[in-house]
Amino acid sequence: MGSRYRQILLMILVAVATFLVTMLLTNIRERKQEARQTYLPLANITEDTVDAAEWGKNFPRQYDGYRRTVDTERTRYGGSEAFQKLDQDTRLRRIFAGYAFSLDYREDRGHANSLRDQDETERTKKKPQPGSCLHCHASVIPAYRKAGGGDIRAGFEIVSAMPFAEARRLVTHPVTCLDCHDPATMQLRVTRPAFLAGIRAYYKKSQGVENYDPNATATRQQMRSFVCGQCHVEYYFAGDKKLVTYPWAKGLRVEEIEAYYEEIRFSDWKHAETGAALLKAQHPEFEMWSQGIHARSGVACADCHMPYQREGAMKVSDHHVRSPLLNVERACLVCHPFPAKEMMTRAEIIQTRNAKLLARAEDALVALIDEITAARSAGAADSQLAEAWKLQRQAQFRADFVNAENSMGFHAPQEAARILGEAIDYARQGQLAVLRLRAGRSAR
Amino acid sequence: MYNSPLPLLLSGLTGVFLGLSAYTFQFARGLAYFSNDPVACANCHVMNEHLDSWQKSSHHGRAVCNDCHTPQSLVPKLVTKADNGWNHSVKFTLGNFREPIRIRPVNAERLQANCIRCHGEMVSEIRETAGRNPGEVRCTSCHAGVGHGPRS
Repeated sequence: MGSRYRQILLMILVAVATFLVTMLLTNIRERKQEARQTYLPLANITEDTVDAAEWGKNFPRQYDGYRRTVDTERTRYGGSEAFQKLDQDTRLRRIFAGYAFSLDYREDRGHANSLRDQDETERTKKKPQPGSCLHCHASVIPAYRKAGGGDIRAGFEIVSAMPFAEARRLVTHPVTCLDCHDPATMQLRVTRPAFLAGIRAYYKKSQGVENYDPNATATRQQMRSFVCGQCHVEYYFAGDKKLVTYPWAKGLRVEEIEAYYEEIRFSDWKHAETGAALLKAQHPEFEMWSQGIHARSGVACADCHMPYQREGAMKVSDHHVRSPLLNVERACLVCHPFPAKEMMTRAEIIQTRNAKLLARAEDALVALIDEITAARSAGAADSQLAEAWKLQRQAQFRADFVNAENSMGFHAPQEAARILGEAIDYARQGQLAVLRLRAGRSAR
Repeated sequence: MYNSPLPLLLSGLTGVFLGLSAYTFQFARGLAYFSNDPVACANCHVMNEHLDSWQKSSHHGRAVCNDCHTPQSLVPKLVTKADNGWNHSVKFTLGNFREPIRIRPVNAERLQANCIRCHGEMVSEIRETAGRNPGEVRCTSCHAGVGHGPRS
C-alpha cells in the first residue's frame, strides 16, 4: 500500500512538472512571436482617420499609452492637473491685466484632453477667438485639406480666419496619431503648416538652407523632436487672417524672437493698468530645449517624454507622453548611471532655483507696473512713458518666456537664468526711468 | 495477485515529461548557451540593445560577451553562466524586473577582472595607487563606452 501512495504522489509530481514545462514552452513561443514585431492590420488607416481608437485596433500598445494621457498627475511645479495658475501665483493677474490670460490660466493637461481644454477655457468662452486655435488643439489636417480643396496650406488659411465656433464644427478629435505618423508607413512626419513655415525660415537664417523640408531631410532622431515642436512653441496670430505663425526667422532665442516682433511691430495686448503694448509668450518648450545641454547632446524630446519600455520581447516607445519626473527610471537612468532618487533631486534642485529666480522677476515686474501706474495717475503723459513702456515690454516677455515654458527652467537651466536676470534688470531699469521722470517733473 | 497499472502509467508520464522538456530546451536554443557566440546572449531578446550597442563599440572586433562578462577558466565560467542564465530566464519569464537593467556587483567584479586580464600591464601603475577601496573606481567608470558604444 505504501508503494502505491508513493506512485500516486510521484505521478502527481510528474504531472505538475509537465504542466510547468508546457507553460514555459508556450511562454517562449509567445516571446518569439513578440520579437518579430509583426502587427495585425485590422483597421484600414488612411489620411482621414482622426479617431485614435481606429489606429488602436492595429497598435493596441501605443493606443493604450495615448489613452493614459487623460491622467491627473502632479509634479512639484507642473503635471497634468488643470490647476489655476492665477490662484497659485496671484502676481499673474496683474501682470496680464486686460488680457484673456488674466481670466483663466489653467495648467494644460495631456494630449487626449487637448480639444476639451480648448472648449472649456474661459479664454475661448469670454473672448472671441479665431479658428487658428485648432491648429494645435485638434487633429485638424483632414479639415484643412477639405476646406482647401486638397491643399492643406490653403485650407489652413481658410479655417484659421473663421470664428472659433464655426471652425470647431469641422473637427472632432484632439491631437492624435495622424498628427505625427504617416498612416501608410507609420514613419514620423510633421503636418502642421505653421511649423513647416517656421522651421523653413529658421533653417534659412541659421544654416542658409533654402526651402528646408523636415519630412524629406530630417533624421529620425531630429523628427523625434520636430513632431513635438509642431505645437510646443512660441507663436502669434499674424494679420487679419489670424494665421498661426512661429516667429523664428531671426532665430530661436528670446531676444531673436523679440527682435522679430519689434520688426513687425507686433503686440498681443495693451496692459490695462500701465497702457504698455506687450507680448505674451506661449509655451516655448522647443525653443528653450534647443538652448540646453540635452539638445546639444542629441537627446530628443521623445527620449525623455516617451522613453522606450519593454513589453515582453518588444520595445515600445511610451505613448503616455508625460513629465519625465513621473517616470525617472526609464526617462533618465538609461543614460545617467545614478539612482532614480538622485536624478529626481537633481531635477528638483534646478527647478527650485529657477522658481525662486522667476518669483523675483515677477516681483520686479509688478513693482514696475505699480510705478508706471502711479506715474500715470499723477498725470504723466503717454509720450513721457515711452521708455518705461519699452522696458516693461522687455521684462514682461522674458519673465513670461520662462514662466510659460513648461519645464520650470529644466530644458535649459542657464539660459532660463540668463533670461530671468535680464527680466529683473529691465524691470528695475524701468522703475529708474519712472523715477527720473518724476524727478524731472518735480524739478520743473 | 492484483497487478497495478500505475507503474506503467508513471513511466509513460515521465517519458512525456522528458520529451517535452527536451523539446522546450531545443526550442529555446538551450545548447547555444554553451557557446561563445554573442548572438546566443540575445536569444531571449532582453539583451537585444546590449548586442546592438556592442556592435558599435571599440571592443567589438576584439572581444565577445564572454571575454568580458565571464571568467575564462571552465568551471567558474559555467558557474557564471548558470548563475546569470537562471536569473535572466526567471526574470524574463515572469517579467518582474526593473528597468533599465543594471549590472550586479558580483558581475561588475567579474567584468573588472577581465579588463585587467588584458590591460593589466598598462594599468599596473594605476592599480598600485588605486586607493583604499579597490573597486570604488572601475575601468568602466570612465571608459563607459568601450563595451557598448557611446551613449548618444
